[in-house]
Amino acid sequence: MNRLTTGTRAGHVRAVVLRAVLLTALALAATFALDPFRNYQLAVIAATFCATAGLTLLVGLTGQLSLGHAVLMAAGGYGYALVAAPAADAGLPPAAGLALGVVGALVASGAVGGLLGLAGARLRGPYLAGLTLALVIALPAVATQVPGLGKDQGLAVPFVPVPGPLAGVMVVEQWHAWVAIVVTAVAVTPLVVLRSGRAGLRMRAVHGDEVAARLAGVSPARVKVGAFVAGSLSAGLGGAVLAVVTQNVGPGRYSLAFSLLLVVAVVVGGLGSVGGAAAGAALVVLLPWLVDTVASGLPADLEQRLSGNLAVAVFGALLIAVTVAWPGGLAAATSGPRARLAGRLRRPRPADPPSDPPSDSRPEPRPITER
Amino acid sequence: MRNHTPVPTRAVQATAAASAVVVALTLTACSSPAAATPGIDDETVKVGTHQPLTGPAAAGFSSISAATSAYFEYVNAQGGIHGRTIEYVVKDDGYNPANTQSVVRELVQEDEVFAILNGLGTPTHSSVLDYLGQNGVPDLFVASGSTTWNQPEEYPSTFGFNADYVVEGAALAQYAADQKPGAVVCVLGQDDDFGETFLQGVELALGSDGVATYQTYSTSNEDVTAQIGAMKEAGCEINLLATINGFTAMALGTAAQMGWFPQWYASSSGGDYPTLVGFLGEDVGPKLLEGFVSANYLPNSPGGDWYELFQRINDEYNDGAPFDGNTVYGMSVGYLFAEALAKAGEDPTRETLVEAVESGELVGNGILPLTFGADDHAAYDGVGIAVVSGGVQDFVGATYRVDGESVSAVEAEPVPLENDGIPAP
Repeated sequence: MNRLTTGTRAGHVRAVVLRAVLLTALALAATFALDPFRNYQLAVIAATFCATAGLTLLVGLTGQLSLGHAVLMAAGGYGYALVAAPAADAGLPPAAGLALGVVGALVASGAVGGLLGLAGARLRGPYLAGLTLALVIALPAVATQVPGLGKDQGLAVPFVPVPGPLAGVMVVEQWHAWVAIVVTAVAVTPLVVLRSGRAGLRMRAVHGDEVAARLAGVSPARVKVGAFVAGSLSAGLGGAVLAVVTQNVGPGRYSLAFSLLLVVAVVVGGLGSVGGAAAGAALVVLLPWLVDTVASGLPADLEQRLSGNLAVAVFGALLIAVTVAWPGGLAAATSGPRARLAGRLRRPRPADPPSDPPSDSRPEPRPITER
Repeated sequence: MRNHTPVPTRAVQATAAASAVVVALTLTACSSPAAATPGIDDETVKVGTHQPLTGPAAAGFSSISAATSAYFEYVNAQGGIHGRTIEYVVKDDGYNPANTQSVVRELVQEDEVFAILNGLGTPTHSSVLDYLGQNGVPDLFVASGSTTWNQPEEYPSTFGFNADYVVEGAALAQYAADQKPGAVVCVLGQDDDFGETFLQGVELALGSDGVATYQTYSTSNEDVTAQIGAMKEAGCEINLLATINGFTAMALGTAAQMGWFPQWYASSSGGDYPTLVGFLGEDVGPKLLEGFVSANYLPNSPGGDWYELFQRINDEYNDGAPFDGNTVYGMSVGYLFAEALAKAGEDPTRETLVEAVESGELVGNGILPLTFGADDHAAYDGVGIAVVSGGVQDFVGATYRVDGESVSAVEAEPVPLENDGIPAP
């Protein structure tokens, strides 16, 4: 899928950005077809997608297994709350509070991610996983012990009301979905550019063989820290979105179970695939709700016993089923049909330059330098 | 190098098309602001709640909503209120504020409930307080004694149910001072509003230097060994507990393991004898809990009229589930809601429901009069003291009220049972 060989760098970036704009516009349009609760769910999915997109690059490209990505989201959420709340108290308009809060989220998640990345660059495989796991387990204690983080109850986040001109058109859930979609686009697009550009090659090089990468002039430490920071910033924006949407940030949301579900999401979606990360995020948000909805038809005592537990079992079964059937995740499972569809859409278009090779729709053999 | 103009052109065309779709859909928006009172028609009233059916608080509290549902079934079987049956939608939030935010949105937007009733927990309900206020959803009888719910200016449609924790802390501390003047009093509290507000009450009664040590625990960490150790070290004789049931049991059990047997005084939120015996076990529970003191404001006296009615309803509509303080609590909540609904008129709206509670005409079924009014959104300003004696938890006659900054002993004024527990309009 790498187009570096077929076009200029700037042209490629332009294509990615335009595709992002197109998808964003489509998502914004789609919010009109949804009722408020679906819009709320869409916003939560978008926020989760911010985290899974960064995580899928980390695990899939540089091979750094982070089990504590929820902590980076939490850092973003707390960063948002700690900046946006004083901004609101100072009488700034909601839009300014939102913008400042997002900056706060970037600073907080970037700082935590940078530190973690520095440590992570020295650690491999299970040791990094252990470090990040320890962080997510420590989060409730940190939130309880550090003054100003609101303990288990968390921090209240200023309400972001629907701006005047839109107030007659949409309710607050839809507006929050819009905020979520735009922030997610801003978070994920740079990751897509990174992934398909030179940075992506370096990440794959480091993942493949660190010694060989070093011989080729690539610094594994720098690449790993860079990848971690990029993933953290994106996750931090996801945390900021959740803070805006739920008007609260607390340790309860960023539990160990949620953190592990993020990993499940990227594995089921397909490691390294941004589209797969989106599918995984939707799964993580919608599956527990779907399972509970189905379970509510069961007898009361059985329902009470299954409530909250059934979803976890379904996730486990799904993870096993997907990895057995399609080791490459949903992205690999659907890549065949997607490529065929893209080919069919492409062929009849006379506007396509005749020089476009027909092999464009098939995975082409990658040059040796990309491994 | 290849010419790339086709890609951007196609994208631009598609973007333009998408923008057109945005504009077109704007005209037929599904999420546009709407009117009409949701959750009520001529036959039913739908109310929702968030409860900890799983998670750290489940074992102590999951039976409350079942009791409330059973009481509503009893009311429905007698013809309902103003001819409407009450439908009670219970959602599990696992005592995790993050889940509360989801399930309450689901109740309001998806199930379109008329009101939220008895949402349980201080940290959980705090996280949806603004949301409910902004959406104008009546937020009745929150299952927590935090003073947060009593802010009529800021949250005009939120009302508490429990006697607030200032009242409970003050009453228990005053009882401790009356029983054993000069004893070393300590407090173990949950590290949120629950513990802090309770401590305020204790200090109201004993003075700001009246507490030897204040320890806190977090519900996300199920271990209180360090806290109990510190309290033992401080030589505490009477321990006041602002704990939920599970942690009350854990505190008693941990102390017993250390061979330490001080006196325990618990808030009504963590002082239910049958529930605590369930936690501690039938063999040691009754021994550890003999002489256990707790606060309560509901008709929890075995043998009383309300108690017997609730037992009958429990047998008939709740499959004879274990009958304990949570059952009385859940049914009392149901009764108070039914009373408010009856007072809200033939065709209640969200506004008239709130007005009915603010009118001050609700009487409830407590051992003291309700204090609801236009400028008071707390239910009770006093509690009675109950002590476990010979395996039975009952009031000992001591009742305290908090009036502003002072605690005073008063006479209990239990509300008599009328009309078989079906509120008359």
